Parts: sequence; structure tokens; C-alpha cells
Amino acid sequence: MTDHKERELKQLALRVREHIIRLATDGGCFIGASLSCADLIVYLYKEVLGLTPDTLHDETRNYLLLSKGHDVPALYGTLAELGFIERERLKNHLHTNDSIYWHPNRAIPGIEFHSGSLGHLLSVSMGIAYDIKLRGGKNKVYVILGDGELNEGSMWEGFLVAKALKLDNLIAIVDRNEFQANLRTEELIPIEPLEPKFEAFGWNVKRVNGHDFHALESAFQWVPKNESPSIIIADTVRGKGLPSIERRADRWFVNFKPEEIEQLLKELHGEAQAELTSETLMVR
Amino acid sequence: MTYEDVLKEISQTSDKLIVMTAENRAAIRNLPPHLGKRFIDVGICEQTMIGMAAGLALRGRFPITHALATFLVFRAYEFIRDDIALPNLPVKMVGGVPGFLSDANGPTHQAIEDVALMRTLPNVMVFCPSDAEELAQGIKVLAEYPAPCYIRHNPHPASVAHTPFEIGKAEVLSDGNDVAILVYGFLLREAVKAKDILEAKGKSVRLVNIRMPKPIDERVILNAVKDCRLVVTLEDHFLTGGLYSIVAELLLKHRSVGNVLPIALEHKWFKPALLDRVLGIRRLYRETTCGKNFNTTITNIRALLKQTLVYDNNAVSTIKRIFGHPC
Repeated sequence: MTDHKERELKQLALRVREHIIRLATDGGCFIGASLSCADLIVYLYKEVLGLTPDTLHDETRNYLLLSKGHDVPALYGTLAELGFIERERLKNHLHTNDSIYWHPNRAIPGIEFHSGSLGHLLSVSMGIAYDIKLRGGKNKVYVILGDGELNEGSMWEGFLVAKALKLDNLIAIVDRNEFQANLRTEELIPIEPLEPKFEAFGWNVKRVNGHDFHALESAFQWVPKNESPSIIIADTVRGKGLPSIERRADRWFVNFKPEEIEQLLKELHGEAQAELTSETLMVR
Repeated sequence: MTYEDVLKEISQTSDKLIVMTAENRAAIRNLPPHLGKRFIDVGICEQTMIGMAAGLALRGRFPITHALATFLVFRAYEFIRDDIALPNLPVKMVGGVPGFLSDANGPTHQAIEDVALMRTLPNVMVFCPSDAEELAQGIKVLAEYPAPCYIRHNPHPASVAHTPFEIGKAEVLSDGNDVAILVYGFLLREAVKAKDILEAKGKSVRLVNIRMPKPIDERVILNAVKDCRLVVTLEDHFLTGGLYSIVAELLLKHRSVGNVLPIALEHKWFKPALLDRVLGIRRLYRETTCGKNFNTTITNIRALLKQTLVYDNNAVSTIKRIFGHPC
């Protein structure tokens, strides 16, 4: 990856994070999990998927599905920056005149399928991947999973079946931000070590820093074609980009005051740390 | 033509049909060689099957999914709700051994709330064929119909000659004004027996094969209520949410009233046994031969479902009032 390319990706990710922060008021959003996978979604859209607003319905397109749907602000921001939806439209967040709410839905161009209930979109992705293989297509299906989502039994059903069906055009990415809703994953239902678990299920496994574009590049280039599905464990930081909320268990869902949004935007740009008042830190 | 024959035939002319199962092959044992990779067995993973069916449908396929009715509807219910009903994807969900057809399996296998749960989901149709012939006729129409549908699988032979299947249309098998029997699924054959008994006693019977609890044929039900002195709903389903509830909802919607006698399971699972024993067939026949009056025939309708079914006491009084016989 050239320095220029990396700079471009970082700038885009920064703008996406600005959108996420702006969505975290007047009702709020799941800011922590959105910030953790922002780099991942930006990288996928810019370097992997090859999607444009004109190819959204092509049978040969690559797919991206968000199984942990509460990270959708990162996708809204990306779609707005890349011209899939008008930037202005994000102002409709949580309003009845549009369909931009806390979980993804298909009324938004670029969103392949709705989610919200955890543990669903691995199997939906498998159906898409199966059909593509049946038609001899070369396109791939990417699905972002949450680490907390790995608690769901349906995920492990899916890991078994995807291997049995030899879905090597399916690439799952775990946004390993180390937290589930209220606690660190390892405090509640420990999921580590992850690599041997997925290896035992017969998947190709790679673990990378989910905020390092060079690492993401090597991971997506690595995906083998060997009749097994692949999984990339992307180590991330919940709340990435905002030191005042990074790795804080109570910053999962937050509804900030408007003036705090301005402080957070400054903090994002490294100007000054935000001073947040506790009343706004609503955990759903 | 059997259910499998129809699916085989459709698959030969259309590449959109996909047959899936969560390792229950009873209804589709002969299909794998004909379908090749369009036959998908995901193992005992009902949720994954439904999620995958959604993905396949998003790509333009018409998946027909199979599992025992209890596991399909109850284990995978939230997947059906979120991934099939909500996006209105054309996935067919075929439940094996529904209702009394689970015979000796026990309560874990008794799908007797499936109609209630599936009909409450927006976009999802419900088809309860009375026999294998009707199932085959229905699947021919429904397989590539662009909406989701739950189907109670039924491999039993036909006891009546059917009129052609049409979505949302009930089948009126006989005309009469004394008693209307509304029934769906394999219990139709028991309703035919009850009709014969009633007719032998000089009562005219309107026998209605409901076929599809959703979309429901409102006109046929409203006419039965209007024309007949007594309407019996007969179903191997909990009293709540099934055909009796459908009739009750309809009557209220149309500000109508009727004498409706529900025969259904009320708040309890039925005693598991071989199907004939579940139905109390032997007792039914004995009472039929010995029966002397209308009273006995009403007892026979009750006997159809034996002690496992509960019977509304108010309806008993209603029957007494209408027919002047003690029940």
C-alpha cells in the first residue's frame, strides 16, 4: 500500500468517524461498536468490494453484510462519504421521514439485508454464497460479526455448516473490540483463544490489527481458495478515535448533548479531550 | 402425482427451485439425485436452514425448506420472523408430522400452535392440506409463488375427490344447513365420517375443507355461519390462535354472531400414542354402530378427539338449545 493510499483511507475513516459522532446525539447511537469497525468498513468499501452506486444490484457484485447490525453508523457514514446516499440524509437519523435508525435495513442503498437480532446474517450470507457458487460466480460475500455475537448458538451452527458446504467465497470478519453490551467478553463468556476454535471448525483463520490498513490489506489478500471459508479476526478498540470513551464499558450506546458532540469532534482531531457529563452516558 | 413428483417436475423446467432440509428427508427422500446441488441438507440446524433460505431467496431462488413442524416453526421462529416474513421472501416452510400426525412422539414433537404462530406473521401464508393429493396440488401452485408460506406436510391418502387448488379459497365439499363442519388438515377424513353419521340421522351437513387458514376464505365461513344452525370447527391445534380463533375474529369483524362449537386442544398437549389410538377410532366406530339418535352423533364428534380435546361447555348448552337433545 502506498503512503498516498494509506493517507486517503485514513482521511476517509476520519470523516466516517465524524458522521458516527454526529449520529450520537438527539437519540444517540451505538457509538462504541461503530467506531471500532469504521476502519474495517472503510477498507472494505474502498479496496475490496468494488461497489459503486451503479453496481449495487449487479448479480456479480461482492456483498457486505453487517451481522452485528448496531455498528451501522459506520456504514451510514461510509455510504454518505462515497456517494451512495446524500450526506444530508444522515440528518434524518431516528426520524420517521426516513429509514435511518439504530439497525440496518434495506431501504438504504448499499445495505444488503436488515439485522439487529444477533446471530442471523452468517447464515443469510451462506445462502448468498451458496447461490453464487451454484451459478459459478466469482463474487465474494463478506460478513462482519461481533465478538459478543459469538455467544449465539446459531453462529456455531453456521461455522459448522459453511465448512460442510465448502463455502470458500465466504469471508467472515470478527470485529474483536473485546466488549459486549455491558462487559468485556472475557469477563462474561470468555471466547479466547479464538484462532484454534475456528481452525477446529475447518476455517482458514487470520488475525490482524483492525485499525492498520496495511494489516487489513494483507489479510484480505491472504484469503485462500481451498474449499474452506475464511475468517479474519480484526483486533480493534471499542470507541476507537475518542480517548475519552475508548475501552469504556459504559460507552456502548450513548446519547450525547449537542455541545459534547462539538467537543468530541475536536477530540477526534486531537485538539482537546472532551469533558463529558455522566447524565448523557445512557447504556441501553 | 406425489409431492416429490411435483417438485421434481418443477425443478426440471425451472432452475430457481431449491429443496432444503434440516436432516429430515421423509418428504423428499427421492429428490437428491434429481436436484444435485439444488438439494441442500444443512444437518440438524433449523436456524441456519432458514437464514440460508433467505440468502438464496435474495439471489432469486425459491427455497422449499423441510424439518419437523415443531423444530421448523419453534426453533427457527425468530429467523422466520426476521429473515423471511419481514423481507417477504418467497421461502416455503414445510413442517413434518404436524398436529396429531406426530402420533407417539410426545409433546416435544406436537406442533399444535404452529398455525397460530405462523398466521400472525405478516406476509406469511398458511396451507394445511387434508391429504397427499391436496398437498401435491397446492405445492404446484405455491412452490414458485412470490411470498412465504408455511405448509403442514400431510402424506395421508385422500378421502374425498378435490376441486382444483386455489390460493385463499376453501373447498365446500357438501351443502347443508343443519351443521357446518369447518376443518383443515388430515382431520378432514374424520369430518367426512362425522358428516356421514349426521346425514344418516337426517341432518344436512355443510362440510368445508378450509385448506388455507391464511389467507382465509371469509365468504365461505360467513355463509356457513349465516346458513347453518351449528358451526363446528375441528382442528388438531390449541384452541387459541387456530381456526376457532379465526372464525371468532371474522365474526367480530363483520359484527356477526353464530353458534360455534370448537373441537380443539385446550391448554394441554395430547396423550402420545399411535395415530389411530390418538383419535380413538375404535371407540368412534363402536358408538357409530350402536348410535340411536342425534345425541350419539354429537358424542361421536366429541369422541373423534377423545379425552385429549376439551369442549366448550357453553357450546354444549347451545347445542341442547338448538337441537333439543342433551349432550
